[in-house]
Order: sequence, then C-alpha cells, then structure tokens
Amino acid sequence: MLTILFDGIAYGMLLFVLAVGLAVTLGLMNFINLAHGAFAMAGGYLTVFAMQKLGLPFLACLPLAFIVVGLAGAVLERTLYRPMYGKPHLDQVLFSIGLAFMAVAAVDYFVGSSQQNLQLPEWLRGRSEFGDGAFLLGMGHYRIFIIAVCAVLTVVLQLILSKTRFGSRLRAAVDDPRVAAGLGINVNIVFLMTFAVGSGLAGLGGALGAEILGLDPTFPLKYMIYFLIVVSVGGTSSITGPLAAALLLGIADVAGKYFIPKMGAFTVYLLMILILMWRPQGLFTRKGGR
Amino acid sequence: MSAPAYESALLRTARWRPWEFVIWAVAFALPLAMPSHSLLVNEIAIVALFAMSLDLILGYTGIVSLGHAAFFGFGAYAAALFAKLVMPDPTVGLVFATVLSAVLGLVASVTILRGSDLTRLMVTLGTALLLLELANKLDWLTGGADGLQGVVMGPVLGLFEFDLYGRTAAWYSLAVMLVLFLVMRRIVHSPFGATLKAIRDNRLRAMAIGIPVVSRLAVVYTVAAGIAGAAGALLAQTTGFASLDVLAFDRSADVLLMLVIGGVGWLYGGVTGAIVFKLLQNWLSSVTPQYWMFWIGLILVLLVLVGRDRLLKPWTWFGAGKKKGGAA
Repeated sequence: MLTILFDGIAYGMLLFVLAVGLAVTLGLMNFINLAHGAFAMAGGYLTVFAMQKLGLPFLACLPLAFIVVGLAGAVLERTLYRPMYGKPHLDQVLFSIGLAFMAVAAVDYFVGSSQQNLQLPEWLRGRSEFGDGAFLLGMGHYRIFIIAVCAVLTVVLQLILSKTRFGSRLRAAVDDPRVAAGLGINVNIVFLMTFAVGSGLAGLGGALGAEILGLDPTFPLKYMIYFLIVVSVGGTSSITGPLAAALLLGIADVAGKYFIPKMGAFTVYLLMILILMWRPQGLFTRKGGR
Repeated sequence: MSAPAYESALLRTARWRPWEFVIWAVAFALPLAMPSHSLLVNEIAIVALFAMSLDLILGYTGIVSLGHAAFFGFGAYAAALFAKLVMPDPTVGLVFATVLSAVLGLVASVTILRGSDLTRLMVTLGTALLLLELANKLDWLTGGADGLQGVVMGPVLGLFEFDLYGRTAAWYSLAVMLVLFLVMRRIVHSPFGATLKAIRDNRLRAMAIGIPVVSRLAVVYTVAAGIAGAAGALLAQTTGFASLDVLAFDRSADVLLMLVIGGVGWLYGGVTGAIVFKLLQNWLSSVTPQYWMFWIGLILVLLVLVGRDRLLKPWTWFGAGKKKGGAA
C-alpha cells in the first residue's frame, strides 16, 4: 500500500519536473507547445551518451542536461518560437507538433529506434524496506533521490516566481506585455529566459526520468499527453496547481495500473475528462485570468 | 440591411461553379481510367470525407480538436462489428455506423462546450485515447491489438461485389462522399452555417445577437461525428479490417494536417489536402520509408511560418511583412 503511494509520489514528482516548463510556457505565456517532450527526450539522450561515451558521472550529467537543453531552447525561442506567440492556437499546435515529429524522426535516424538504458551509479540502485504487512514501505533509493531533487526544485521555482525581481517581471510581462514594456521591462528577454529555463527543466526531467519512463524516439509523443494533462488539470495560477495535478496523476496512474491493470491508462484519461468538465480552467486558477 | 440582401449573398456563395461538376466527373472516371490506382482513389475519398467532417467543426465553427479519430475509429469498429455479427450488407452497416457515431458525438459534445482552446484540445484528445484504450482492452469484442479480422462484406445494394482491384470500393466511397458532401455543403451555406461562422469569429458576440451557441455547437459536433464515423465505416468495409490504428493519435494529427494543407473553412480544402497528403505520403514513404515523419514535420513548420492561408497563393510567399497580424 504505502509502497504504491510512494512510487506514485516519485512518479508524480518526476512528471512535475517534466511538465513544469510546459506549465510556464503554456500557462504563463499562453503558448501551446506540443514539442515540450522533445526537449525532455534531448535531455535523456544527452545524459545517456555523456555517460556512455564521455564517461561522465551521473550527477554531473544532470546539470549538463539542464544547461545544454536550456541553451537549445533559447536558440529555438529566438529563431522559431517568438513569431508564434501572437498566432492563433491552431497554428501553435501545428507548428509545435511539426517540431515534435521532426525530433522523433531525427533521433530515430541518428541513434536508432531501440530503447536506451541508463546505467545508474551503485549508490542509487538499492532499496530499503520498512514496516511489514499492509504497511510495508519499500523505497527504491533512486526514487528517494528523485523526490528530493524535485522537492528542492519546486521550492526554488516557487521562490523565484513569487519573491525575486525576475519573477515579478515575468508575471508583469505575462499579464500585459505592452504595459510591461512601457514600464521598461525587456519583455523579449524575460520570455527568452523563461522559455530557456522551461526547456532546461524538461531536459533535466528527461535525464532523471530516462530510467523510470524508458527512452526511445517516440518519447515526445508518448508522454506529451501526460504533460498536457498535468498542465491543463493543474491550472496555471502558480506552480502549486501543476504540482498537485502531477502528484494526483502519478498516484492515480501507479495505483490504477497496480489495482486494476485491465483498465490501464483508462483511469487517468477518464479522470482528466471529468475534472476538465467540472473545472474547464483547471483545478487551481487565477481569478480573471483568460 | 434588408433580409433579401443577405439571402441573395448566401445564395450566391452557395451556387455550384462549373469546375465543381468537372472535378466530380473526373473523380468518378478515375477508377475506369486508372484501374490500378483504384485502391488509392478509395483511400483518398475516405480521408477526404474525414477531413471535411473535421472542417465542419474546425474550419467553420472554430473548435480545435486533436481527437477527431475517436469518431472515425468508432465508426470503423461499428461497421466492422455490424458486418461480422449482424448482417454483411454494406449500406445498412454504413447507416448503422453513422448513426452510432453521431450519438457518440452528441454525448461527447458535452465536453467541448466549456473552457479554452487548451481544455478542448485535451478533452478531444482524451476522448480518442479513452476509446483507444477501450478497443484495446475489450479484446473479446474488438480483437485487441491484433485488430478485428474476418469481416466479410456483401455486395453493395445487392448488385456490386467488392473486387480485388478496389473499383467497386472506390465508386462506393466516392458515392457516399458525394452524398455527404452535398449534405455538408447544404449545411454550411444555410443560415445555420452562417451562425456557425459567427460563433467561430466571436462567440461572445454570437451569444449577444441571440444565437443559441450551446445547441449549435452540440448539433454541429454531432453531425461532424456522424460523418467522420461514416468515413471510418467506409474504411472498415472496403478493407474488411479494423485495427487500433483507426483510433490512434496519428490519425487525428494526420487529418488535421490534411485539412490545414488544403485550407480550413472551405469544404474542398479537405479534399485538396487529402489528395496532396496521400500522394506526398506515398511518395515520401517510398523514398524514405522510415523517416517520412521528419518531412511531414518540416512541412508543418514551414506551413505555419509561411502562414496557412498563403499556401494556396504562392505568389504572396515572398512579399512577406505586408500582412501584419498574421493568419487569424
């Protein structure tokens, strides 16, 4: 019982890190980016190859994935994404899904379609067990690690968004780009940085999740739906919404697959549709927002 | 503004142009002229019908859907199961599948009435995925991942047997497509269609001038679902097979792509897009069998960067910048 809960929380935390970048671009910048999973995949592959080919330790790969993917995101934002901000949602959907298709095929071309394995360091492979019977709690060390990393990230992000100057600039730029620009905020730079950080977080999530989620070229399409569920169900008022949604989704998914394996992902989709019919703007939403 | 002025404007756009007759005549002549390509003609007719049904909700009403394959696949399974379990007559099966898909559309229309574009994207996508999971899990009924095999179709109207070359299939699909095209054409050029466009352009304003937005959305979604179901039924009937692939996300993405290539808000856009897309797919997958997805993605990106409405007007491609505000 507790083990399922624990695994669900770890899975949910992982989904949160993967999706939080999307929550920012989609929720704050109102840009529907279906190619978000491609950034995550890039982070995953980067980690796998950095460890295999360059022999870097796992812990060094995580910041590397964050930085490289973040830079790639910045370049793409400047060149391709920026003209899309003002376009209708249909255009954004088509554009980003096109990017995702290209990423899938390109990865397939360069590294093949087989699944890549991540070699975890020794100290992350173990498993501890506490209690017994129905209250048996088995914790994989890697999952503890994920929960710890993600919790730290969440707190840092929340602090950045709510307490720093950059956070208030971002919120101002989002609420009304024209007025924000009039107040001397460089909206383009703010959006560029936000997008880069969002992509970097996706890369980091991909690196962290490669072991649990599996890594193959269809990754962006396979998990796109999960990221989107997290964001749309969570709403976009703050990052606590997506966090709650990610945890809910993670626990529901793990528990659903454990208790009613015949239903598979059915539970999750049904849950999403019901929540969205009940609260179309997501569970947590800002008053007066769109 | 007097009412007759509006009426005549509606009638003028609804009038048949001479080239339309030519196109339909050519379409029906194709299986005779190129018998070896009948299967391709059949396939194009089916996806064109599917794309037109999406146009009804996307191009005319402005509902962004990433899960239109839900109805296509539902129709396909309904027709295949009907043929297998009840009777092999294609026309009865087609009507059955269409009605059933329309009912599903009516039920699903509840999900698209509220929320933003993102919410609608998600619930439409979710509906398609739900059905996909359902078809996968109910393997005693649908054959699960192996697909539903052993569907035997009787002759169309009791007269025309399906042959190996797919000529009967092509004519059958073309005929159904023509009938449903006439229905859709009638719908979009009617005052009802005009209210749909008003909802697309500005929902709040449409509501303010007294258009019953909710019921209009429900009706058009139901009709579009029924037609998509008919297209799916045609596919299942002419191939004698239904598999999970008819419900997959790729289907929804492909049909969206076709429609956008051809141009939204124009019934022939679906047809044009389907032809271009299918020919392109045939050609690309023979050149690079594994990586055609890359080229499709590239086309999509370029399409949006150039501007969707400009693709049909190549002479405006390089005069960029004049049309500020983009393709709204």
